[in-house]
Amino acid sequence: MEGFLSSLVSVAFHGTAFGMILYVISVGLSVTMGLMGFANLAHGVFAMAGGYVLTSMISRYGVPFPLALAIAFAVVGAASVVLERLLYSRLYAASDLEQVMFTIGLIFVAVAVARMIFGTLQQPVILPDYLKGQFPLLGRDFPTYRVFIIAFSAVMVGVLWFGVERTRWGAMVRAAVDNRAMAQSIGIDTGRLFTLTFALGSGLAGLGGALGAEIIAIQPTYPFENLVYFLIVVAVGGLGTLRGPFVAALLIGIADTAIKYWYPQYGAFLIYVATIAALLWRPAGLFGRQHT
Amino acid sequence: MSAAALETRGLCKSFGALTVADDIDFRLEPGARHALIGPNGAGKTTFVNMLTGALRPSSGRILLQGEDVTAVRQAARVKRGLGRTFQINQLFRRLSVLDNVALGVAERRGVARRMWKPASRHAEVRDESLALLASLGLADDADQRVLDLPYGKQRLVEIAIALGLKPKVLLLDEPAAGVPSLESHRILEVLDRLPADISILIIEHDMDLVFRFARRITVLVQGEVLLEGAPEEIAKDRRVHQVYLGEQRHV
Amino acid sequence: MSAHAGGYSANPRIRWIEWLPFVLAIAAFFALPEYLSLGARILIYILYALSLDLILGYAGIITLGHSAYFGLGAYVAGILGARLGVSDPLVQLVAAAAAGGLLGIATGAIILRTRALTLLMLTLAITSVCLEIANKATPVTGGADGLSGIVVAPILGLFRFDLFGKTAFLYCLVALLIGWLAVRRLIYSPFGASLTGLRENPLRMHAIGAPVYWRLVLVYTISTTLAGVAGALITQTNQFVGLNVLGFESGGELLVMLVLGGVGRLYGAFVGPLVYLVAQDFLAKQFPEYWYLGIGAMLIVVVMFARGGILGIVDSIVRRLWRRA
Repeated sequence: MEGFLSSLVSVAFHGTAFGMILYVISVGLSVTMGLMGFANLAHGVFAMAGGYVLTSMISRYGVPFPLALAIAFAVVGAASVVLERLLYSRLYAASDLEQVMFTIGLIFVAVAVARMIFGTLQQPVILPDYLKGQFPLLGRDFPTYRVFIIAFSAVMVGVLWFGVERTRWGAMVRAAVDNRAMAQSIGIDTGRLFTLTFALGSGLAGLGGALGAEIIAIQPTYPFENLVYFLIVVAVGGLGTLRGPFVAALLIGIADTAIKYWYPQYGAFLIYVATIAALLWRPAGLFGRQHT
Repeated sequence: MSAAALETRGLCKSFGALTVADDIDFRLEPGARHALIGPNGAGKTTFVNMLTGALRPSSGRILLQGEDVTAVRQAARVKRGLGRTFQINQLFRRLSVLDNVALGVAERRGVARRMWKPASRHAEVRDESLALLASLGLADDADQRVLDLPYGKQRLVEIAIALGLKPKVLLLDEPAAGVPSLESHRILEVLDRLPADISILIIEHDMDLVFRFARRITVLVQGEVLLEGAPEEIAKDRRVHQVYLGEQRHV
Repeated sequence: MSAHAGGYSANPRIRWIEWLPFVLAIAAFFALPEYLSLGARILIYILYALSLDLILGYAGIITLGHSAYFGLGAYVAGILGARLGVSDPLVQLVAAAAAGGLLGIATGAIILRTRALTLLMLTLAITSVCLEIANKATPVTGGADGLSGIVVAPILGLFRFDLFGKTAFLYCLVALLIGWLAVRRLIYSPFGASLTGLRENPLRMHAIGAPVYWRLVLVYTISTTLAGVAGALITQTNQFVGLNVLGFESGGELLVMLVLGGVGRLYGAFVGPLVYLVAQDFLAKQFPEYWYLGIGAMLIVVVMFARGGILGIVDSIVRRLWRRA
């Protein structure tokens, strides 16, 4: 019994770490899909880019870890602005199929570029010494880095939620998600709002990718392999909401970890089945707005 | 009392705290030429959407030719003889005028699910569609794409599609809306020549059309029926004048 | 003149130019005997793309998971040939078609009640589920190593699958011919016209009394049956089936081929896979990274500037020449 309890705690812990990473990466996707109505399947590219920036900064240039994290966030955010202004913004009115095809094209390009620059192997993650080893918490030892992930992500999430609830930017986002035409008619510059929000969401994805490089391996096929999970978080959580994907991400993180630990022969099968069931029960997501 | 062609009893619709339809009792007699008027926001289109089944009422009943259709879906009501036109054209813009009408005719004839014989060899559908277009003066435009037509003709196509369903009850949602006055006489002619056995409810703002066409008028204000009666009564009623104060009208 | 085939004014007779792909295929059979296995692959993917065009180009259903039915057909044929001792290729084919159809109607009936992102997500989840099952059920499917040792007996007892791929090529060609004729008939039929209506204005279709949901389920089932056939063909011609027939990458790749050729134009499904697979054969072997880069860039360009794909470009050139004449 003690052994089981101990595994339960372990699964919950690792699952939470995974879930937090999933959320930090996917929350940007939820907001931009709800805000711009744009199905950005290439969102995983930003997470991957963040991971590559972090690992290159550390291994090639010896940049200290916290700085590398910040650089990952900034670089990916800035790059996304360029992409948004040049390409994405021209397709906001395009059909669903065109948007899907465009983002698939982006994935292909990103995967090819990643392979050309970094090769096909996983990037090794070199952690600073103070984040290695074990960290005692509530009478048990947990991997320090995972504790760091949870804590840091929680802070980021807190800042994000505060920002959306309390700042003017946040109010504009919420208004525009709710009713874009209305928001425009009261003078909100939706063009700039989109760019800023897109940059923030993509930067966060980059940060999540960098932070979670240990959990979700950084390799060229990253956007293909992990797309499903990011989409599940958003679709099951509910487009355009913040809380929904948070719950969904934690659920998936913990469920996935539990299954891989106790029933590895099933793999992700149960997650997909659960997703199908959840979407059939509530097509707009667990916390999304249901249309009558 | 004979069964009405279309009837509502105590029809209500609310969106949260907002009530857009309040206890509406309405009768459309067989063969009627009935108009529904009211200021903007009175809830006319919501009412029509409930009649067709596009919108579910919060409470109340809808009867089509004496049968309760409140729970019946839109497509099924069409099969039972309820047709409508939309205030904003809902056409197959990239398809030809003929195809627009033929799709509806084929559905009605049960041909639309056939997968073997080519559509263009189904003479019964083609002939009926072409005859319908001819009766509306659209025969020459049969092979034109709808989006290439002037708006007035597009509006006629909208009516043609509804007529192709051979409805027993026809709901026309602002048929002349947006049509330049030079072309609107065509629409009036078409409306005049509609078969007498179709019961017609027309929603309109154009009072010329209303008073020329309708034998009975219902006035809807803020989701409630204010008044119902013959055109002369409505034209003289002071409350109607008040409601329309500030709005364009021709009496 | 719109790009949509079919409708109540369309002449259903097959124009001579529509036979061109088959004439070219037969010419290739004699002129390019070293490329027959690539040729068979192209023919199979054309059939696969045709099945996708039915639901994407005609009914307007966007799916990333069509590979589920392709993969299911492939594995059914493979399992019959490798594990259950059923080696008759036509039996394998029919079984694969039936499997594709059954899964199609079961999944279609459930997911076609939803739209947009939810629908897309569900299609992705379904193909992922199939991939996971194939990955883990190693005793049956061969797992990550794939299923080999698939026995495919001579067709009708007469035509053995030879080492040069001649039988396979002609077998696929006949299958494609039949599939193409069936799809073409469907598109020109009243049912096909109603599909176009569904794609153009679903609201209007409801308002003319069309049973929208059931039409979608029906066309989806027809499409998945065809995809199952294509899957069986790929197993039979390679005598091997691996995990790459399933999942997002496979489904996404098919979508790319179709968009490249032109969606909803019937022959986009011919042009797309031909151009894609030939280019892939020549370029990808030499420079695999540049291949992906090129495909990605081309997709972006197509979406931005050439929405109708290759056939769309051809169409506008033809139209411009017509105006000059």
